Amino acid sequence: MFTPRARTAGAIAALTVITAACGAAPGTQGTTAEGGVDARTATSAADFGGFDALVEAAKKEGRLHVIALPPDWANYGEIIKTFESTYGITIESEDPDASSADEINAVKTRKGQDRAPDVLDLGQSFALSGAAEGLFAPYKVQAFDKIPEGQKEPTGLWVNDYGGYISIGCDANKINPCPTSFADLLRPGYKGKVALNGNPTKAGAAFAGVYAAAIAEGGSFDDIQPGIDFFKKLKDVGNFNPVETTPATIEKGETPISIDWDYINAAYAPQLAPKGLDWQVNVPTDGKYFQMYAQAINKDAPHPAAARLWMEFLYSPEGQNLYLKGFARPVLMPVMQEDGTIDETAAAALPEVEGEPAFPTTEQVDAAKEKLVSGWDAAISG
Amino acid sequence: MRRPAGWLGALPLLVFYAFVFGIPLAALLAGAFTSRGEPTLANLRQSLEGGNLTAMIGSVQVSAVVALSGAVLGTFLAYAVVTSRSAALRGAVLTASGVLANFGGVPLAFFWVATLGNSGVVSGLLGLPSGSLYSFWGLVFVYLYFSVPLMVLVMAPALDGLRPQWREAAANSGATAWHYWRHVGLPVLTPALLGGVVLLFGAAFAAYATAAAMGAGTVVPLVTLKIANALTSDVLVGQENVALALSLDMIVIAGLVMAVYLPLQRRSTRWLR
Repeated sequence: MFTPRARTAGAIAALTVITAACGAAPGTQGTTAEGGVDARTATSAADFGGFDALVEAAKKEGRLHVIALPPDWANYGEIIKTFESTYGITIESEDPDASSADEINAVKTRKGQDRAPDVLDLGQSFALSGAAEGLFAPYKVQAFDKIPEGQKEPTGLWVNDYGGYISIGCDANKINPCPTSFADLLRPGYKGKVALNGNPTKAGAAFAGVYAAAIAEGGSFDDIQPGIDFFKKLKDVGNFNPVETTPATIEKGETPISIDWDYINAAYAPQLAPKGLDWQVNVPTDGKYFQMYAQAINKDAPHPAAARLWMEFLYSPEGQNLYLKGFARPVLMPVMQEDGTIDETAAAALPEVEGEPAFPTTEQVDAAKEKLVSGWDAAISG
Repeated sequence: MRRPAGWLGALPLLVFYAFVFGIPLAALLAGAFTSRGEPTLANLRQSLEGGNLTAMIGSVQVSAVVALSGAVLGTFLAYAVVTSRSAALRGAVLTASGVLANFGGVPLAFFWVATLGNSGVVSGLLGLPSGSLYSFWGLVFVYLYFSVPLMVLVMAPALDGLRPQWREAAANSGATAWHYWRHVGLPVLTPALLGGVVLLFGAAFAAYATAAAMGAGTVVPLVTLKIANALTSDVLVGQENVALALSLDMIVIAGLVMAVYLPLQRRSTRWLR
């Protein structure tokens, strides 16, 4: 899903190969609902004969395999627990710190195995490429029509679930005043303090940080170069801190200013408060960049009904509000604000942002990535 | 009768090699030259341009600096220990070297982050500017921590082989210290020195976990980190075969090093035969 913390990447890759090589493939047991519907081909709750029949079929499977869902990311810890207690289905959460690429690898290498992941939470580009490779099952959740155009694949191969803005987190006990814009970050008081959540050629959040900086510096979705130049400038004035942010580096004071998703930064604050850190989160006023993750079902999910129930749960008001409680902005948030199902307290706790989010197209993102990958190292190394 | 029996005796080893080196190598070659099942040179081209090229150069630079400085420092340290009269010092240094030469990866990275990182204990005392550890020289410094002991282990036996009588004989013939080292000491040590440099280069070139755990990849691009990026990126899609091509590049560089090393080694040991 995201990689800054996936230091174990090599080990995981090796593990996937090993498990793929020696795992016996018991095959997926065909789960058939009451009405004789094969859960693997069901594209909506109606195909099961209604939501209750879907719950029934999922309960019969009894288990759900998830991957790359860190408990402290977008409130997945509580989401998993609530799902388990609501439906009595055991969730086996594998490798929480894995990246989107790891997820896709797991789907491919464990095709047909009982231990393949059932559902995936992917970066946008991986959702698109996975759909193109035919790895996902189309499924329309009950709330599918309410999800805005462009936030879903028309047949339901993937649906955006939650997202956030790039933000600047800062320990107000050590840094005064906290930066509120990219321009602020160049101030002389922040020597060696401004860090990213990972390497932008690898970590999605760090890439987004550079994209946001580009917008702040007069670039656009079509032009990420000013963002690269900004970080070069940041490095030249001595403010850039190459340490990749984790909760541990923040706590140790290695990264007192960190550019990251607002839901990640905001979630740090209550965790770090008892440890004497006053972690403040500001969405930069000059560079707003919003992005969402996407949810998809593995086409060869070993627990196809449970996977579909998981989707229904995530896009129910309860699931969406749980994301919101983790400071992530759920895809149905505008709809829920209108029909009053939103958790007002959680919504009020979000970092403030003015204006509506804008989205780059896939082509724009791809071009920006290419530019970044070829230019980043040359600009920053040394 | 002896021949087939001898060949049979080596069979388990050959089979083992075929499995653990042969199959991965075949998979690597097959992957590096294909993309979605089609034969192509695009992976190789991509592995040698832009950020990947910068990383390849970065890796070679770090490894070369570590190998040369580690060789010099390690040799002097080994010489000091071998010529000291204290058996306890010798035992202690050699044992410590044996341990430290294998001290790598995440523990090593943590050790240095805690000591010389931005909020490290010693960096606070010395007043080091933030980010000192996360630089080219910072990484070289960290790598030297396992490279110097490795060099000590390589050089100590070779230095033991320098008999005091040779030096005395040279002195009796009117040789100065310089003459002795130039014509006796260094030629005897050259094979071990060369071997040590190659060993150190290889260890630094292939190192991954230390640099990854330090998060140094942002400022010091390394090819091993690029391979990990290509395999587990959130940003780039479908780079697996470029990772294989990068691995192939690494093999080629290791091959080039050996191509320089082997003739030198042969020349330097010629007089020993």
